[in-house]
Amino acid sequence: MPEAPNMIPVSDRIKIYGTFLETLPPNEEYLTLQFSPARAPRSRRWKNYGLSADFLGGYFAEFFPGDTLPGSQINRQDTARAAISYIANELLENAVKYSDSVANLPIVITLKLYPEQIVIEVTNHASPKAVAGYQQFIETLLDADIDDLYTRQLEKTALGSGVSSLGILTMVKDYAAELGWRFQVQTLNPNVTRVQVMAHLSI
Amino acid sequence: MEEVPVEVKTDDYRVWFEPIDSTVFFQGFLRLDGMASYQPIMDLLVAAMAAAPVFTVDLRELAFLNSSGISMLSMFVVKVRQWEEAQLTLKGSNTILWQTKSLKNLQRLMPNLVLTFT
Repeated sequence: MPEAPNMIPVSDRIKIYGTFLETLPPNEEYLTLQFSPARAPRSRRWKNYGLSADFLGGYFAEFFPGDTLPGSQINRQDTARAAISYIANELLENAVKYSDSVANLPIVITLKLYPEQIVIEVTNHASPKAVAGYQQFIETLLDADIDDLYTRQLEKTALGSGVSSLGILTMVKDYAAELGWRFQVQTLNPNVTRVQVMAHLSI
Repeated sequence: MEEVPVEVKTDDYRVWFEPIDSTVFFQGFLRLDGMASYQPIMDLLVAAMAAAPVFTVDLRELAFLNSSGISMLSMFVVKVRQWEEAQLTLKGSNTILWQTKSLKNLQRLMPNLVLTFT
């Protein structure tokens, strides 16, 4: 059957990078927060994302024991709390920055708990322009030596040239998070792409 | 010339300069929306550096800093690097995770940056 005009083939509509698992193993504990599309100015909502990240950190930290970790003065539970809070906040900040307000779709964050691992997944919708820049950065990241790229980006940011993408770089380099992405151009509106990012964090 | 305040403060955080200690202190939770929002803090740091070229940034009570804030710190370190007389010490805490994870990266920008953890 010939394809309907203007329909983009599925293979071109979906792009996957890094460690993105389409189906995660079953788990016992999970939590999802969904943020309604913001019509109010971003500044009025900004603080809510940080508060939500702190809440998620506190909620999931409770599942970890407070034993000491080698080479650290911060115990496992407090490490989980702070790492989840940092990563959830960065992923939410990114989602908000690159969300397409025209799409009028919510931002969703889901945390899933596994033995000694947390998976944080954030979904938002973005314009083709925002997506192109993001994908280009991901391709650079996946090909690069992370230490070199981090220093290069720090220098670049420090000199005031362009987007730092330091949120993603700190997650990978400093928190050893494994990241994966899935981009899907929407069938009904090809000017909107669903962006899913997944961070695997070992505690 | 416009006068730079010696303190930037909200309900969530406080940043202030103590000329007697040649130290800028950070306290609380800093999660501002992008680099541009950090400009008042950046201005305070630069003014402090001009007043006291050998000086300290004490982060030990800063519980949270987002990546835009880390960008701001790296931008500041690069400014210090360009200024020959300046000598910068960063004080971090062993018990605050982001500091133990991310502060050492700033040394890559400026090898003679002094970084102490307590």
